[in-house]
Amino acid sequence: MLKITDLKVNYGGIEAVKGISFEVPEKSIVTLIGANGAGKSTTLRTICGLVKPAGGKVEFMGEDITGKDPTSIVSRGITLVPEGRKIFPNLTVLENLKIGAYLRNDDISEDLKWVYDLFPRLKEREWQLGGTLSGGEQQMLAVGRALMSRPKLMMMDEPSLGLAPLIVSNIFEIIKEVNRLGVTILLIEQNANMALQTADIGYVMETGRITLSGSGQDLMNNPDVKAAYLGT
Amino acid sequence: MNVMNMERNGLNNKSTFSAVSEFIAKNKIGFLLIIVLYSALFILEKMMPPSSMLFVVLKKGAIYALVAVSMNLLNGFTGLFSLGQAGFMLIGSYTYAIFTIPVEDRAAVYQYFDGGIIRFTVPVFIALIMAGVAAGIFAFFIGLPVLRLKSDYLAIATLGFAEIIRAIFQWNKLGPITNGSNLLKKFPSFSSVLFPFTVAGISIALIVLLINSSYGRAFKAIRDDEIAAEAMGINLAKHKLLSFVISSFFAGVGGALLAMYQTTVQASAFKAAMTYEILLIVVIGGVGSITGSVISSFLFIACSEWWLRFLDSETYIGSFKVPLLASGFRKVVFSVVIMVIVLFYNQGIMGTREFSSEGIARFFSRIASRNRKEGA
Repeated sequence: MLKITDLKVNYGGIEAVKGISFEVPEKSIVTLIGANGAGKSTTLRTICGLVKPAGGKVEFMGEDITGKDPTSIVSRGITLVPEGRKIFPNLTVLENLKIGAYLRNDDISEDLKWVYDLFPRLKEREWQLGGTLSGGEQQMLAVGRALMSRPKLMMMDEPSLGLAPLIVSNIFEIIKEVNRLGVTILLIEQNANMALQTADIGYVMETGRITLSGSGQDLMNNPDVKAAYLGT
Repeated sequence: MNVMNMERNGLNNKSTFSAVSEFIAKNKIGFLLIIVLYSALFILEKMMPPSSMLFVVLKKGAIYALVAVSMNLLNGFTGLFSLGQAGFMLIGSYTYAIFTIPVEDRAAVYQYFDGGIIRFTVPVFIALIMAGVAAGIFAFFIGLPVLRLKSDYLAIATLGFAEIIRAIFQWNKLGPITNGSNLLKKFPSFSSVLFPFTVAGISIALIVLLINSSYGRAFKAIRDDEIAAEAMGINLAKHKLLSFVISSFFAGVGGALLAMYQTTVQASAFKAAMTYEILLIVVIGGVGSITGSVISSFLFIACSEWWLRFLDSETYIGSFKVPLLASGFRKVVFSVVIMVIVLFYNQGIMGTREFSSEGIARFFSRIASRNRKEGA
């Protein structure tokens, strides 16, 4: 579904991504794990068009989308749940969700109902300002907002960041649930344990390169990964 | 803005109609208040002498309210800190004046420029729209490069633009159009307070409709978080430019009204100080509150034109001369008041809240329930 070939990105004067290639098959959960500064976020930001690549190719459903602007990429069905959630604090929950569907011109009431079914808590807080939600609720809102664009591929940047362990496992349950509903997921995480347990395919990224790949289970059993990311 | 976008985001005809009737039904009290306000103004004008300071405040207040709301659209709702408002008002007031001076008066007005090169006039209503359109066109071409800048840099660039515009309009070579640094006068003005109230009222209503539309939501999203807004597929450049052009359009209309109010126009009056005044109104009223801007502009004009005037005249109580009261002291007091507001009420009068009929009802029911509790 998504195919990255030899992607190179310069970010802030350094070569943050040094030629990576990977694939995200349809209806799968793929995770990219790695330490801070490995280039994971930059990769996601490049795929959705927020950053222009220096070289390489991004293909989505067989179409070359390298270097296109975010508007056209989002309208093709790719959405990003940004790092740190980045919900709109002065907009109500409902307005936040409507912004998620900004590029759609059809009826969104079905999707709104779907998101509220997925996150009943958001329904309760419909008229509250986004900034007044708790961290976990904000993450739900960020996911809900992304789903409102009716994405084919949802990319998530560190959804567990700064959340309590219980909420984190909750979020991963939601990720699986969303995936079951047919949305392909590309997940980047520092919480390698949770991410690899959830993912069908995992890639390990180090200083701008992919150093390891395999099924989530394989990577969990890999001694290098264990030592470096799982701490066991 | 292409047609497809308009169709997508705007509503189609049928739903516009039902939306409007629904809107009216939902805001019955609001519409009633508006009707009461306009009738009150009408009666006031019949009863009070037209020279009353009240009318000065109401006229100038309405004009400043429109300009403040237009600035709030940009600064408060889209998060673009622009200081070009005086420049766009200037363009608006000149456009209005240039195209409405009666043909027979042009020789007298453009006495140094052979009666100018424009030899026709347009009706007032059309000239008002032209004023807005001219300001909007300037905003479009300035916005293209300038809106790439962020926060303070944008403020400096737009402030610079306003100063350049002021200089250009006074340029002698443009005299046949702008009358150089001389006054423009003899164009139609208004005498009734209802005129500025109607034009400003309609304009503000349009801005409110825009803010409540999906475009308005996108503006607010950009204000809250540019990166997240972009990740949602909102085209930042397009929406910022749209907000900038619309804000400038209404600043231009406000400028035209100001020209009508003053009955003369001179570019040298549209200094940066005018922009600061409007910025103050916006800040005092609450950045991100339309009603706040409206309320504070009337308060601001009332204070600066009327209520604090007594501070400027020497006053004697018996033979005792009240100290400090002298020409210019008003401005000192005014500055102190503003400092107090900014220090202690830095959200402004309204914060980001709005004044609404439901809000009033809530307020009174809160008081009522508090009284009940105290009584019990």
